[in-house]
Amino acid sequence: MLDKKKLKKEQIIQCALELFASRGFYSTTIPDIAKSLKMSVGNMYNYFKSKDILASEIIKYISIYLGEKLKEINEEDISTKEKTRKIVEMYFKTASLKPEMIDYFLRIYLSNREVFKDSCEGMLCVNEFVTEIMIYFEEGVKCGDLREQDFFSAFGLFMGYLGGMVFLKGENILPKDLNDYVEDITFNIYKALSAE
Amino acid sequence: MKKKMRILWLSAISCNGNTHSFLNYPYMETFLDDFEFIYHPVIDSKYLLQDIVSKLISCDILLIEGAISREFKRADVSIVDIIEKYSKIVQKIVTVGTCATFGGIFRESGYKNTSGLHFDQEKQIENFKYLLDKTISISGCPIHPEVLVNTLYAIKKSTTLRLDGFLRPKAFYAYTVHNGCTRNEYFEYKVDNHKFGELEGCMYYEHGCQAPFTHGSCNKILWNEVNSKTRAGLPCMGCTEPSFPRQNLFSTKKNMSIPENLPVGVSKRAYLTLAGITKAFKIDRLEKKLFDD
Repeated sequence: MLDKKKLKKEQIIQCALELFASRGFYSTTIPDIAKSLKMSVGNMYNYFKSKDILASEIIKYISIYLGEKLKEINEEDISTKEKTRKIVEMYFKTASLKPEMIDYFLRIYLSNREVFKDSCEGMLCVNEFVTEIMIYFEEGVKCGDLREQDFFSAFGLFMGYLGGMVFLKGENILPKDLNDYVEDITFNIYKALSAE
Repeated sequence: MKKKMRILWLSAISCNGNTHSFLNYPYMETFLDDFEFIYHPVIDSKYLLQDIVSKLISCDILLIEGAISREFKRADVSIVDIIEKYSKIVQKIVTVGTCATFGGIFRESGYKNTSGLHFDQEKQIENFKYLLDKTISISGCPIHPEVLVNTLYAIKKSTTLRLDGFLRPKAFYAYTVHNGCTRNEYFEYKVDNHKFGELEGCMYYEHGCQAPFTHGSCNKILWNEVNSKTRAGLPCMGCTEPSFPRQNLFSTKKNMSIPENLPVGVSKRAYLTLAGITKAFKIDRLEKKLFDD
């Protein structure tokens, strides 16, 4: 029974994600999402009490998804440079296969802070993802590959770059496919962070 | 007249800090009703050091203060030979302080192969291995006098003390210094201290406090019965541990903002998850000064 409810919740999240990404957060309503899932609005509220709660659950869902992917990379016995490449690849792959996820993060989570201020204070809703990024940095510094510095300056550099590229792709500005940039971007990020 | 237990306090390569700490024991009179020193480097005792090394004076407990090297002599006799001689007749040996237990700061002395009685920092050494069953370690720089005295009473009353891997009585060393620290709430909610001596804030993240991974009772058995380092606003220096003294005692070694040493038994992933969550809280009460706001 629990699993069934969990599955339904995931379906709602996925559907809402797609609608938010295509129509925008404010112009998508709970009845729109219910309609798209052929559910009654009343039943929808059994799963999510408000649109803001749904919004927070979606960002948690994305954070868990990306966090798990990052954890797999972190647990591999490979160099920090290789991990850097894999993270860039993973992020771009997600942006290609599940564009709504990255889009949601960039266009809704980061741009509509007022929606998330009550239930997603600080990094509460992106904890899984940020934790894995922290582990990637910490292990890189510990083994001597990366330069010791404040976490946020490194985090901003890494994620800002990746987010920026995906944003440009979303705006159809990039002349080449996102994957064609993996090599150069890995080189740039690693060079900027490296201890050498 | 009740029988007093006879103690030999032997000073090896030492600054006598443990002796001075012991002199602060508040119930010394009572203690000296139950124990007597056949020799002590500072307290008046019946025998001279010369007697100790030239004869075999009967005694029940051997206390060793200071790090040990065969090269180091007392009254022209190697400290190792004195220990060997008395270890045969005593019931128990107690290493008093971190130097006698792990080598401590005097591992850096000019004497060759300086270490504790059984340990060279974390590593167990071969010398004196046959005395392992007789030894109790009381580490600390300096030792807490109550920990020493209570251990001696346990020996007197033949109480079995459960020991940890470094032979330290668990009754005093199973805890971390973090346990009982009045700043624990600041640690939980990641509110950092910014100035030594302030009552507010946790010193783990910025000032090198080692309390979450240091075994000791400093915050459970207070110093001079009133205070502890962390309560007073000084970080725990990890003085009961084999790694003492490490370099840069007042700064926290971090890798990309993550402390290298985490609380005992907490995995990095779990620590970061918890820290990420608790950092989201903004608790006014903990951000304010406790008194003069």
